[in-house]
Amino acid sequence: MPLYRDEAIVLRTHKLGEADRIITMLTRTRGRVRAVAKGVRRTKSRFGSRLEPGMVIDVQCYEGRNLDTVTQVETLAPYGDAIARDYAAYTCATSMLETALQLTEEHEPQTQQYLLLAGALRSLAEHSHDPGLVLDAYLLRSLAVAGWAPSFVDCARCGATGPHRAFNVQAGGAVCSICRPPGSSAPAPETFALLASLLAGDWEVADASDDRFRRQGNGLVSAFLQWHIERGLRSLRLVERA
Amino acid sequence: MYEGAVQDLIDELGRLPGVGPKSAQRIAFHLLQQDSEDVNRLVTALTEVKAKVRFCEVCGNVAQAERCRICADPRRDQTSICVVEEPKDVVAIERTREFRGTYHVLGGAISPIDGIGPDDLRVRELMPRLASGEVQEVIIATDPNLEGEATATYLSRLLRDVGVTVTRLASGLPVGGDLEYADEVTLGRAFEGRRQVNA
Repeated sequence: MPLYRDEAIVLRTHKLGEADRIITMLTRTRGRVRAVAKGVRRTKSRFGSRLEPGMVIDVQCYEGRNLDTVTQVETLAPYGDAIARDYAAYTCATSMLETALQLTEEHEPQTQQYLLLAGALRSLAEHSHDPGLVLDAYLLRSLAVAGWAPSFVDCARCGATGPHRAFNVQAGGAVCSICRPPGSSAPAPETFALLASLLAGDWEVADASDDRFRRQGNGLVSAFLQWHIERGLRSLRLVERA
Repeated sequence: MYEGAVQDLIDELGRLPGVGPKSAQRIAFHLLQQDSEDVNRLVTALTEVKAKVRFCEVCGNVAQAERCRICADPRRDQTSICVVEEPKDVVAIERTREFRGTYHVLGGAISPIDGIGPDDLRVRELMPRLASGEVQEVIIATDPNLEGEATATYLSRLLRDVGVTVTRLASGLPVGGDLEYADEVTLGRAFEGRRQVNA
């Protein structure tokens, strides 16, 4: 049977039978892959801890008809272990992993999504920024990579130069006074600035932002994400924010 | 496809965890070949487990009365509580004969990706047990995986100001294993939890 080797991030695991697990992972070059890891729930498993969600691994599998089978694993970055020691980071990380599950397809290479997720998990594990901000930045950028980049300055409908006062999820972000559909919200200018900085990766602005604007921005990001992926994220309601 | 009752039995057995269609078929034909007396014993066991078994009102373990046999035993040490995920973890710890305290069964671990948060577990029921002041130590024995570690982190933070000692089961090398085969995370934890050897 054909063997392959790739870098991967473990997204999710499911118990299988007595001591096995089905591992869903986002690989660097093969997109999302599901593989059986045999005996990993036993305490003597050689690579059980390497196949926990949030771990970045170098994995070797052989292809099967429905599911592949994991034969070897090496740890590249044990982010999951560090993240589990910080509850807020853990809840944010699970939301990222669930989003990656929704935004990627099996066996369709999505290297940008892989790199984005690896970077976000590293940031959570190293406590570089507030976990809530890292989550929002990841959600905005992963949506942008998937083709749903929001606009926080210019009008998302007509392209009129901003800044604008209204935000509409369905329209794709900030909207000018002419394009503004009924039911649009009117976030604070500081919230727009925060969201734009998260999308652009301007952490100096994001880290200096006020809690009030972070809360408002997080509500808009959640609504924007769930509108575009057309379903609710189960983990999002359990995210713990400072 | 088999006829009527045989197919119904295969379908029902196939709904059990870890039992696929082939296994279900094998179990169904095994039961068909058994004496009526053996099959009736199985039927009685299944009926009774549903009718008689409930969850202990104190710890959440499986019980046949309001309290499980551990909570009802006055010889158990009431100053320490071991927090576990499932009733089967209680059995695993009891097998060690090392722990003489009581238990608290959470009913799972915090797993946001499955929609399970602290409010979906028996976390709230733990707090009144600590209010009397008798309990001095809470031992967190959740699984050493991502969900179990995060649940332990949540509980230790919750219990920080309660005034009890919170401990976590040690992680490390399995007895009888070779060091060279240990993965980085397990070996790292073993180093983290190393202890002085008193010769």
